[in-house]
Amino acid sequence: MSGSALFIAVFLACLVEAVEALTIILAAGTARDWRSAITGLVTALLSLAVVVAVLGPAVSVIPLSGLRLFVGGLLLIFGLQWLRKAILRASGNKALHDESAAYQATLTAAQQASTRRRGIVADWYAFTLAFKGVLLEGLEVVFIALTFGSNQHDIGLAAIAAIAAVLAVTVAGCAVRAPLSRVPENSMKFVVGVMLTAFGMYWGAEGAGAHWPGSDAALLVLIPAVALYALALVAVFRRDNTSTSVAGDPAAPRRESLS
Amino acid sequence: MIAKIRAFGAFWYDFIIGDDWRVAVAVGVALAITYGLSRTTAVPVWWIVVVGVAIVLPLSIRRVTRRRS
Repeated sequence: MSGSALFIAVFLACLVEAVEALTIILAAGTARDWRSAITGLVTALLSLAVVVAVLGPAVSVIPLSGLRLFVGGLLLIFGLQWLRKAILRASGNKALHDESAAYQATLTAAQQASTRRRGIVADWYAFTLAFKGVLLEGLEVVFIALTFGSNQHDIGLAAIAAIAAVLAVTVAGCAVRAPLSRVPENSMKFVVGVMLTAFGMYWGAEGAGAHWPGSDAALLVLIPAVALYALALVAVFRRDNTSTSVAGDPAAPRRESLS
Repeated sequence: MIAKIRAFGAFWYDFIIGDDWRVAVAVGVALAITYGLSRTTAVPVWWIVVVGVAIVLPLSIRRVTRRRS
């Protein structure tokens, strides 16, 4: 259970972030300069590798209870951020993430910026756009993969899940040569939010000295319970929207389904 | 230099704490209570974090929806 949950959580989180990073790289390469964009991508990947190389061994020497308290707490805060945004999106209180719209916005901004050369980089704007995009999206993946991997004593499996997701997005991106707008990102973010929150609660409480009924089996209850609670909150806050719309507020947020 | 340090701190604050610092505080308080009670009593304490999450999540969402209405 825990191994497959680890794989699914890291794979989905990584897939979502890789899709977003791909959109940024495509915009930087198409609107500006492919060579500079790819240089930015490679530099960001090397920076992420350094972060993993430094943090990975550091995390693995922390005693398990302390690690679970600290990392479980961080994971719970992080997961609640994801889940909160996912519920806001699903209930129509926040615009759904649209990869095509994000691509167009980034493309327009990239086309308007001026060109500047710095050292071996022909287009500094394309370089920094790709570098920042990949680094920021990648840091979330590194954080999730390291926390899940270290708590489960299986950083290897977390790394395989992350690499599999990046490869899947790379292959799909090369095949369609366009933003992967058909990937159900919003639903995937919802699932990741549920899993991060459930695992964060489990590890955080365990690290603080709690003993879960049924030990690891508690996750079999915790994950669906968090999912059901989140779906109930979507329904509650969607109903709130409906009543606001009925009251005649023309600026009422649009309602969209979670798919 | 100070601006760079500030930007670095702001990045990590945004990365970990996010839009609503109250969620982070609630998680910290729930874990601290769990830790304290697990050390001083024999009663089950696993439910404290669950209840904390069940309370703080709708409150945090409510704050956003109220701001928009």
